[in-house]
Amino acid sequence: MATIDHQAELKRAGANIDSSWSRFVYYMRRYPLGAAGAIIAIAFVVIAIFAPVFTSFDPTTTDPRASLAPPGGDHVLGADFMGRDMWARIVYGARISLMVGIGSTLLGSFFGVIIGLLSGYYGGWLDLITQRFIDIMQALPLLVMALLMAASLGPSLTNTIIAISIPIVPHVARVIRSNTLSLREMPYVEAAKAVGMGETKIAFRHILPNTIAPLIVLGTAQLGSAILTEASLSFLGLGVPEPHPSWGRMLSESAAEYVRTAPWLVIFPGIAISLAVFGTNLLGDAVRDILDPRQRS
Amino acid sequence: MGAYLIRRFLLMILTLFGMSILIFVMLRLVPGNISDILFDAAGMVNPDDKARLEAELGLDQPILVQYATWMKGLLTGDLGYAYVSEKPAIDEILPRIPVTAKLAGLALLFSVLIGVPLGVISAVKQDSVLDYVLRVFSLSGLSLPSFWLGLLILMGFVQYLGWIPIYTDKPETVWQEIGLLSIPALAVGYRASALIMRLTRSSMLEVLRQDYIRTARAKGASTASVNYNHALRNAVLPVITIIGIEAAFLIGGLIVTETVFNIPGVARFLVEAIRWRDYPIVQNLVMFIAIVTVVVNFLVDMAYVVFDPRIRYDD
Repeated sequence: MATIDHQAELKRAGANIDSSWSRFVYYMRRYPLGAAGAIIAIAFVVIAIFAPVFTSFDPTTTDPRASLAPPGGDHVLGADFMGRDMWARIVYGARISLMVGIGSTLLGSFFGVIIGLLSGYYGGWLDLITQRFIDIMQALPLLVMALLMAASLGPSLTNTIIAISIPIVPHVARVIRSNTLSLREMPYVEAAKAVGMGETKIAFRHILPNTIAPLIVLGTAQLGSAILTEASLSFLGLGVPEPHPSWGRMLSESAAEYVRTAPWLVIFPGIAISLAVFGTNLLGDAVRDILDPRQRS
Repeated sequence: MGAYLIRRFLLMILTLFGMSILIFVMLRLVPGNISDILFDAAGMVNPDDKARLEAELGLDQPILVQYATWMKGLLTGDLGYAYVSEKPAIDEILPRIPVTAKLAGLALLFSVLIGVPLGVISAVKQDSVLDYVLRVFSLSGLSLPSFWLGLLILMGFVQYLGWIPIYTDKPETVWQEIGLLSIPALAVGYRASALIMRLTRSSMLEVLRQDYIRTARAKGASTASVNYNHALRNAVLPVITIIGIEAAFLIGGLIVTETVFNIPGVARFLVEAIRWRDYPIVQNLVMFIAIVTVVVNFLVDMAYVVFDPRIRYDD
């Protein structure tokens, strides 16, 4: 009698995945751009968490003698008009970016999932109303929506997170709804109904866990745009207020005055924003390729 | 087709109506109105003066009356007076539209001219070094904040040419105006082109796997003919859809870019009006943006029906 050696078959097919380490190495080789993104994203998180390890300066302490100090010497990346160390502000700014990025993505996804799940599962008038509401929310460009929210809530760190999370809600709700619509017809949902499980319990027990993969894909994609929106809002002076060191704020209109005299004030915060967003975008692309085989190129 | 068009049109009106309510409610959540700001700035508050100002601006009316007044004005073209300049809001908004429209049009043109060809090349040369370079290029477009790109461009001009390309109100020729606008348009268009490029690439890749492409190759059509006549024609359809989404992204990009380059357009004006809590300007401008986005999306849907013979909506 012929027996199948599953392990050997897998090996022959080129899937040398037998430990979590080799799985890791496999993904690194398969998605080099994604790996680069992961490294950038991890570096970004590490810097944000261990900010005091990376700099001895305080990001908010002013020093008149160091006003507009060029890069080099004590201040590696120079200092701004108020003599605050640029490197310290960039390192601590990572905290703000990360907090706003992750905070608003989680908050927006949370409400988006609930709305999308209920609207897709129950259908009927509830679905009709939420769909129209989502249409309305999507009729405004993301930044305009965030601007309006930020303006009406007033500038603070929490309000910036809320303002940026609002435009994420309809986006997530749409995707989760369409997923729920197809999951609702699955045999296991019918089975759950047959054994007398409650509707709400089915929605959260059987449908919700199956929407996790698209949610992760969407979440990583939204993270980059949330960081970018925070930078834009702060740049316009309607985001994270002083004294928080926000990258966008560091580039605000006042920075334009120093384009001629102190270019380092313009260059470094921009590099920080671009790198962080670039890294999360690369990672997001790879995550999509891994979790969503239909879009695999 | 007719029934679909009417249904789609009615939905658009419904969306805009909901939008107007949303904008109105959101602006009333703002802590403090213009009279608070003016009086806070003055440092002293005489309750009588403040009440008079609020009555003059209609802020003492019930919220429903305020909304009805706005809606009536919107339909008759009377948008009220700007709080800050005290001029009719419509006279403040209308003259600022052409600059922004030109900038947006130019940015969209650039993004299509750059995005579509690069997307095709990237797909045809899938997984080559060139493909990787182009993918990194497009992903950078989605990652660089457009205001920073604008600042970098300004810095480059200062460093190497010694002057700054500032937009003037009275350009002498059309070409001078296009020249002045094309720099900020490139800064905004880069992001848009990145999106178009990614979509063209994935759409091309999908089409290139179709049977009719293999047939075209088998009958001996040249590579160029297969790529452009057979593949691109079919791949470009989804790209049209993204122009609708693009309109929304462009407006976001225009807000920051107009601020960086000091261009006196509507997008920058919106930020100024928000800072000043200038309700008539903000609510009308945001409504205007919503109308533009919704109408563009409607037109894109219609274009889709026209361009794709497979889509037919039966009555």
